[in-house]
Amino acid sequence: MTLDVAPPSQMGSTGDTLPPGGVVHRRPWWMGQHMGTGLLLGIGGYALGHYLGNTIAGGYTHVGTAGENDVAIVLALLLGVVGWLAGVGALNYPLAKLAGREPVAQPDTQHWTRFFRFSVEHKTVGMQYLIAVLVFLFTGGLLAMSIRTELLSPTSHIIGPGTYISIVGEHGTVMMMMASSLVVGPLGNWLIPIMIGSRRMAFPRVEAFSFWLFSAGYFVILTALPLGGFPTGWTGYAPLQTQATVGMDSYLVGFSVIGLGMILAGFNLLVTIINYRAPGMTWSRIPVFAWSILATSALLALATPTLAVACMFGILDRTVGTAFYVNAHGGSSYLWENLFWFFGHPEVYIMALPGFGIVGEMLPVFTRKPLFAYRVAAAGMIGVALLSFFVWQHHLFQSGINPDMRPLFMLTTELISIPTGFIFLVGLGTLYKAKIRFEVPMLFALAMYFNFLIGGVTGVFVSDVPVDVTVHGSFFVLAHFHYTIMGGLVFAFFGGVYYWMPKLTGKMMNKTLGKVHFWMMFVFFNLTFFPMFLIGLLGQPRRVFEYAQGLQTLNDFSSVSAFCLGASFLVFVVNFVWSIFIAPQEAPLNPWGSLGLEWQTATPVPQHNFERIPVVLTDPYHYSEPGASPVADLAPTSFAEFAAVGAGGGGPIARGEP
Amino acid sequence: MVTRKQLQPVVRREERGLSRSGRIAVVLGLFAVVVFLAVFAAMAFVATEPPTVSFIKGHKAGSAVHLVAQTDGAGGTGIHPTWVSYQVKTPQSGKWVHTTLWQLPTNTRIDVTIYQFDSGGPLRNQQWGRVTGTTGNAATLTGTTFTVLNSYKRPVGHTFSVAALGINVPLAGVKTTEKGFCQSGPCNPGTQLHHTVTFSFKTPKTPGNYRFQCFIPCGAGHYAGNGGPMQTLGFMGGFLEVQA
Amino acid sequence: MSEHAGTSGRPGAGASTSSVAAGTARPLQDIWRIVGIWVALSIVGDLVFWFVAGPHVPPGDMTSSASGAQFDFNVLFMVALPVILAVWTYMGYAVIMWRASRPGAPEPIGGPRARSNLKVQLWWIVVTTVVVLSMFVFGTVELIVPAGAGGAEGPNPIWTPASKNVLPIQVIAQQWQFTYRYPTFGGMETSTLIVPDNTTIAFHVTSLDVIHSFWAYQLGVKIDANPGIDDVGYTTTNQLGKFTVRCNELCGIWHGAMYDYGKVVSKAQFQKWGTSTARATAANTKYLPPFAWTYSPTANGATGVTAANTSGQAPFSKIQTYGATTKAKKVVKNVQTSTTTITTGST
Repeated sequence: MTLDVAPPSQMGSTGDTLPPGGVVHRRPWWMGQHMGTGLLLGIGGYALGHYLGNTIAGGYTHVGTAGENDVAIVLALLLGVVGWLAGVGALNYPLAKLAGREPVAQPDTQHWTRFFRFSVEHKTVGMQYLIAVLVFLFTGGLLAMSIRTELLSPTSHIIGPGTYISIVGEHGTVMMMMASSLVVGPLGNWLIPIMIGSRRMAFPRVEAFSFWLFSAGYFVILTALPLGGFPTGWTGYAPLQTQATVGMDSYLVGFSVIGLGMILAGFNLLVTIINYRAPGMTWSRIPVFAWSILATSALLALATPTLAVACMFGILDRTVGTAFYVNAHGGSSYLWENLFWFFGHPEVYIMALPGFGIVGEMLPVFTRKPLFAYRVAAAGMIGVALLSFFVWQHHLFQSGINPDMRPLFMLTTELISIPTGFIFLVGLGTLYKAKIRFEVPMLFALAMYFNFLIGGVTGVFVSDVPVDVTVHGSFFVLAHFHYTIMGGLVFAFFGGVYYWMPKLTGKMMNKTLGKVHFWMMFVFFNLTFFPMFLIGLLGQPRRVFEYAQGLQTLNDFSSVSAFCLGASFLVFVVNFVWSIFIAPQEAPLNPWGSLGLEWQTATPVPQHNFERIPVVLTDPYHYSEPGASPVADLAPTSFAEFAAVGAGGGGPIARGEP
Repeated sequence: MVTRKQLQPVVRREERGLSRSGRIAVVLGLFAVVVFLAVFAAMAFVATEPPTVSFIKGHKAGSAVHLVAQTDGAGGTGIHPTWVSYQVKTPQSGKWVHTTLWQLPTNTRIDVTIYQFDSGGPLRNQQWGRVTGTTGNAATLTGTTFTVLNSYKRPVGHTFSVAALGINVPLAGVKTTEKGFCQSGPCNPGTQLHHTVTFSFKTPKTPGNYRFQCFIPCGAGHYAGNGGPMQTLGFMGGFLEVQA
Repeated sequence: MSEHAGTSGRPGAGASTSSVAAGTARPLQDIWRIVGIWVALSIVGDLVFWFVAGPHVPPGDMTSSASGAQFDFNVLFMVALPVILAVWTYMGYAVIMWRASRPGAPEPIGGPRARSNLKVQLWWIVVTTVVVLSMFVFGTVELIVPAGAGGAEGPNPIWTPASKNVLPIQVIAQQWQFTYRYPTFGGMETSTLIVPDNTTIAFHVTSLDVIHSFWAYQLGVKIDANPGIDDVGYTTTNQLGKFTVRCNELCGIWHGAMYDYGKVVSKAQFQKWGTSTARATAANTKYLPPFAWTYSPTANGATGVTAANTSGQAPFSKIQTYGATTKAKKVVKNVQTSTTTITTGST
């Protein structure tokens, strides 16, 4: 853990004091700590937990008559996660401390194998997250393809109804897990310290730990399929959850594990943004992306514990026979609905806000104009984050909640469109009399506004109780949230990937392939999901494997478009692999001409980001303003000593109002 | 500002060790491995679906189909041997097959005989104590014709219910304490304790997949009894695949 | 829009001074153009929608709540379309007129005036707030006045229909079929939902196992079925016809196949159907548990442990949970005013 102990004299080194290529192979590869050993220990932990569970709980009649043992599966999954963490070395530090020994520091390395190890370097963790969220995304996407395949025909079935429900649940869960870390994980961890002028995250070990929990969650949720799947969809409604077979345990454990990772990642980013800003990086100067990540991580830190607790209640109900959600024994199925959506609705904004931040970052660059109404943008994001805690019962409008709560939640839900509207004000204001360059990231940013508008406006329909009577739980809602999450966040994410890839890897993504990817994704996204508004209005509920004969044309149209949408991601993969690995194109230092602090650093970014902690002079949006001051003084002599103390000592850097 | 000439391709071959074609080969190889694994996993996953028993092959148009099935307290075979399940006799070989996917011809009378080996209990909803949708809205239970079964007096093991065709037949349960109770399937109607229920119904003219299920919570051990076998194809729920 | 191509940018005058001059001469020229296009598109779009698509918007007008939902949807759409068109027109204009590749595109101007504009910001906030609040007021009125608009009102509805003659129908959801109990016909239970025309109906929806949702699509009714809860919703039929009932909350493997079809028939036909069906099902009705607002099916031992009920308890609990006392009275009153008296099944 060298970050804490690097002597000041080495600060600002670019890592070249290490042997070229880095040396971490002190032990033979099969004994070192990396993903391989993590996988091995994870499987070992799974087997051990399964054995333990069968030993201690095999005699329960409840368990015995079911022919399945939830205790064994839960223990297996939990020990599997522990094994994975131990195998990758995530537990070395706490275990050594517990044993009273000084932890052995692993040297930081630039060798490519660092991506398969427990690394506490925020840029490495960011890249690990990037690959992991893409794996999540494509797994979820393949599942979506099979859903659309089944829905090609209203009555004849390509996959059985049980398998179909499993796939629907798996798709939803994988995508939700992916989307809640899609931007925060890769771009948040990679960029935020650099954007705010810090040498590191506040808690590097916590950051790495959150990633390895996230990746463990992937394996945990995948075990649901061989275990028989779970029938509840991603919402996991309770009596059905209690009734389901052992595949449900994967959902509950998986969401707990991922949830823990989200809480840790959220706290870490929150503390980093609050405490690790460079001198001069005042609240009115931090990039709008940092504002969005700040709001998002506040939601992660405050909303996700509810999910983790709700899942643990569910695990207890299923294993040791508590009755949190069992009406017949004094529990309540409403409890899960409320706990879940108390997390679930802020979660929706966890999946929207980072997208706003990304487009807010890109618009000024590609319009050569300052961000319009910066304060309104920040206020909008904070406003959305605050209000998002007061809207969850709109998911329960038809569930039989106290009826006079419904106007209240209708009000709060519709109010949230005011701060969301701020984001549009900012975007439209920035476009005003601009000089728009249609680079690939800009196309994604504009598409995000296009799609999110539809998603947001249909949200008002859904929040209106009388209309909700018809559209609740139908394909209309499905289309609505795919427009916000996929049309909003995923589009913004890909824009961000194209935009920051030159910084992240030093390579340019191919522009032609990027445009092909964009246009395919944009056109087929709309062709896939727009018909779903009609399908829903015409009476098709979500998650059904049979539907009215008359809706086949629309469903088939949607399915075929979905396959083309899937193909557009292949274009991205080809572009990614081609541009990064096969025929790398060295990127210019600042290819888009951005004023952002992250673009003022060297590429590849030195190991500790800044040779000296920069002194920030202004916000990064002074485009087309002759005579504007540079964004930061990157070699401040007067702050040299201060900066060295700040990073070397590991303490927070004081906020730099001189 | 960006200038296009800055965007020149620079390939740092010497740092990477592999030639471009080498890298392409590695990427394609990895891609092939991933695709293979995904396809393998998908095939393995889909392969867990139960087999289909056809009553169409060898069936003469116009004649009735005789469908013989049994319901066992424990199926005895497959990945969940303790789960309650149907077994059906193939018309071709006369063997018991552990499945609930039954292919039937359209517009044909189906004479059903079900050997019910499972124990019973009261119905959750006595509505399913009525016999509906069969010829004469009646069925026979060991030779006696009945139209309603009071499940509180006469425990019901299962119901054979096809919602879309309006068919519902309650299948009376046996007592676990009696001699000859079948612990694990496939059970033998010749020697083991059972009730024989017979009824007839006519398949619709329109081909389609008509699901059938059971309305007694027989998924023992799962909360409220409707989990596990009730929610897994091949056990207590399946399709009548009516085809021309 | 091509006629405007040269006007705002002054081709050939690339320097920023000339575009400043253009901006000061006619500062809001672009905005007025956008507003003009927007107003035209909105009026056409709204009129076309209201008169062409509006009358066909689901769920139709078979009941009061269905036509209410249709009206609400149309009104919201009339507001939403101009909002969408405003952003799209602006973005479309920006993309065409303010693209860097347009010949003679002026250099953008940065500085404080491009960074914020208090007037614009205030107006934006005021307008969005007014729109949102009026949507809320409209939605609330449309929810309360038609007695819950066909949605679920929970066990203790506070917005009830004015009609004195409400027909109660109980919807029992179980995995994976709906059944319907008619307290007005001796508590008989059927698998198909038949309702009379020109009648206010109170749907009492409950579940025997997991959460389902009773969605009578053309009736404009959607009420979740919760185990142990009597969830009430109202609608008034005003048209004959068929309708579809689907389960709208994921309830397990056969969720997608949990649907049936119902009918709205004339009052006389309904009476006839009810009497004959009650007679036909009488043999089974007498075994049904006494009519209650909720049923606790696990009380009879049917928990999945397949053993005979030796508990000595009644097969179904008679408990009327969750605020049933007030409603029991109300329904008794309803029943007295309706055509047939309630007689619970006797065992």
